[in-house]
Amino acid sequence: MTPGTNTMTNDPILKVEHLSMRFGGLMAINDFSFEAQRGDITALIGPNGAGKTTVFNCVTGFYKPTMGMITMRQKEGKSFLLERMADFEITRDAKVARTFQNIRLFSGLTVLENLLVAQHNMLMKASGYTFLGLLGFPAYKKASGESVEIAKYWLEKAHLIERADDPAGDLPYGAQRRLEIARAMCTGPEFLCLDEPAAGLNPRESLALNELLRSIRKDSGTSILLIEHDMSVVMEISDHVVVLEYGQKISDGTPDYVKNDPKVIAAYLGVEDDEVEEVIEEIEEIEETQGGKH
Amino acid sequence: MSNISNTHESAGRNLTARALREGFFAALVALGLFVLFVGLETTQNIRNELVLNQRWGLLAVFVIVAAVGRFLSVAYIRPWMAARKAAATSKAPAEAEESFFKRNFSKIAIAALLVYPPLMVMLFGVQGSLKWVDNFGIQILIYVMLAWGLNIVVGLAGLLDLGYVAFYAVGAYSYALLSQQFGLSFWVLLPLSGILAAFWGIILGFPVLRLKGDYLAIVTLAFGEIIRLVLINWTEVTRGTFGVSGIPKASVFGIWSFDVGAANYFPKVFGLAMSSAYYKIFLFYLILALALLTAYVTIRLRRMPIGRAWEALREDEIACRSLGINTVTTKLTAFATGAMFGGFAGSFFAVRQGFVSPESFVFLESAIILAIVVLGGMGSLVGIAIAAVVMIGGTELLREMQFLKQIFGPEFTPELYRMLIFGLAMVIVMVWKPRGFVGSREPTAFLKERKAVSGTFTTEGHG
Ligand SMILES: Nc1ncnc2c1ncn2[C@@H]1O[C@H](COP(=O)(O)OP(=O)(O)O)[C@@H](O)[C@H]1O
Ligand SMILES: [Mg+2]
Repeated sequence: MTPGTNTMTNDPILKVEHLSMRFGGLMAINDFSFEAQRGDITALIGPNGAGKTTVFNCVTGFYKPTMGMITMRQKEGKSFLLERMADFEITRDAKVARTFQNIRLFSGLTVLENLLVAQHNMLMKASGYTFLGLLGFPAYKKASGESVEIAKYWLEKAHLIERADDPAGDLPYGAQRRLEIARAMCTGPEFLCLDEPAAGLNPRESLALNELLRSIRKDSGTSILLIEHDMSVVMEISDHVVVLEYGQKISDGTPDYVKNDPKVIAAYLGVEDDEVEEVIEEIEEIEETQGGKH
Repeated sequence: MSNISNTHESAGRNLTARALREGFFAALVALGLFVLFVGLETTQNIRNELVLNQRWGLLAVFVIVAAVGRFLSVAYIRPWMAARKAAATSKAPAEAEESFFKRNFSKIAIAALLVYPPLMVMLFGVQGSLKWVDNFGIQILIYVMLAWGLNIVVGLAGLLDLGYVAFYAVGAYSYALLSQQFGLSFWVLLPLSGILAAFWGIILGFPVLRLKGDYLAIVTLAFGEIIRLVLINWTEVTRGTFGVSGIPKASVFGIWSFDVGAANYFPKVFGLAMSSAYYKIFLFYLILALALLTAYVTIRLRRMPIGRAWEALREDEIACRSLGINTVTTKLTAFATGAMFGGFAGSFFAVRQGFVSPESFVFLESAIILAIVVLGGMGSLVGIAIAAVVMIGGTELLREMQFLKQIFGPEFTPELYRMLIFGLAMVIVMVWKPRGFVGSREPTAFLKERKAVSGTFTTEGHG
């Protein structure tokens, strides 16, 4: 077990083993392994350019990793080897959904339509791959009504119900972030990957986001993998933190453990390798003085 | 310039003075520019000597046009435009109530089209109606249908297809050849042509749809040319450039025929005088029905998951994949559906002409159809129909303008200028309305109210 992990049950929903990704001469990810537990909010943090988005793109099939194995295990025990699947199959079959660092909404479609597009596969089946739906079969009408209800549920949760009929491109930035998350949830995922969802949000929007993420985990039992480079957000809501620097894992554990890991502090303060020893000593000193006060 | 809406008298006088001044400067600039180009002309006389002609009158016309144009523009047109803009912004929220005409536009248009042929017969007589029903009605409706078919590919799915005419050709030759070889009737071959065209759409789509944007455009263009070259060179089957002639006419569901010799010849059965006008009127209703079918299917499909996926694909392909949408099959269905309607239109074309040759399926046709889609406003059925009427109707009208011969001389043929005018019209419309006649998008679902999505939010697609 990784140090500092306090989860008792060991039921990983996602297992990444020896993942490597090379772009030409650049080793963006180098022999990276971690596990995300079912029901947890796992955070993947690290400085800019550490390779976090690349890990996401490998997990969700947008990149084919150079090496490594990514296993997704669903609730009913079905396993998927994600590195062998196409991106859309990963969402459709393995039930892994994602958002993007630079928001990717269908800006010319309305907020509601964005959420209906996300239910494409369910609706396609219900409409008999369009043919039965065109002929007006009742099964499609029913499914179509249900899909609107699902959309409404997520609109309520994301506080977007008032803007349902407006074009997605017309929403303010924070609302677009929440809409992207709501849209990903409309695919019915078991595992949700969020790429810097709090980036560029003001404190109030940030709070609304945290609330949305907590309620996603609580009400729909979806496990979350979250990228952040802002430590404070992560510490608030995550159960488990993995730290990446230059494509390598430098720390892995509970938020408290990671927060005090000298390597992490060094990475975040941006010190040279040979200075790390010094920093560790300093931290130990500080901790001693703090311990003295208690 | 900014406070034109509250023009006082003095401001008005200022404006006139400024307009006069700018008009004068425009005249000076025009004089400087044109004095050598227009004012003087050199020609060779019979003895190959250069002769200098002076054309001061023509130069004066140029200069006066520039001066008066500038004056009018500054003094009247610009203030008028600014006032209109101010009025539009202040009035916009209040003007939610649309006029009855605008709300029921499509119903009124369909009703008008239904009574169009009888009206023409009443106005111009049976023989005289031929021109109006055939040259205008049928011709425009064919392009409306083609543009609506292409709209599925370009306007909805955002895939730039420059070879759409290939599917039109497949449909036309399918009917021409199969009806001659196997004697099958139009009503059997109409669906078959559509299916064959859709089949070719899929064949082409498989290798091509991995490409994006410009690359896709170039490859579809090449495909259009390949089909045309095959039609020219596969002479044993297609008879090459001679084309296929003597294509059988369509019948009214096999009940009444339009072959003069047949026992169930339509005018004979109804005791009417023999005329080809009845066949044209029948064809008019036929293409009207086909076009309306295209519109109906498009409207229905847009509200189905597949139609929404097409539009989502146009907006952002990567986001589509992240939502579990198989973009390859989604693109293929758009391509095949568009091609199918092209095939229907093709078989109608063959039945109407009675003759098909590769000359009818040149790249220019693809370009015209695409231009109509773009001018109409990508995705908007009403806008596209208006664009087809303006463009095709306009070029047909040019043929009618024989009076221009009196102005420009007897060898002036107005229809030769149609491409020039077509291009000019496109430039004007694109400057005036960059998103086409109808730039906004009608949402396919809503919770409380259906609000049109402004064109500034929609994207044209990159694939
Ligand atoms: N498609 C790509 N091609 C080449 N290099 C890439 C590509 N994607 C990411 N990289 C490189 O990989 C490294 C990690 O990038 P990224 O995963 O986006 O970092 P992060 O999300 O942690 O800020 C960067 O050096 C980046 O330039
Ligand atoms: Mg990133």
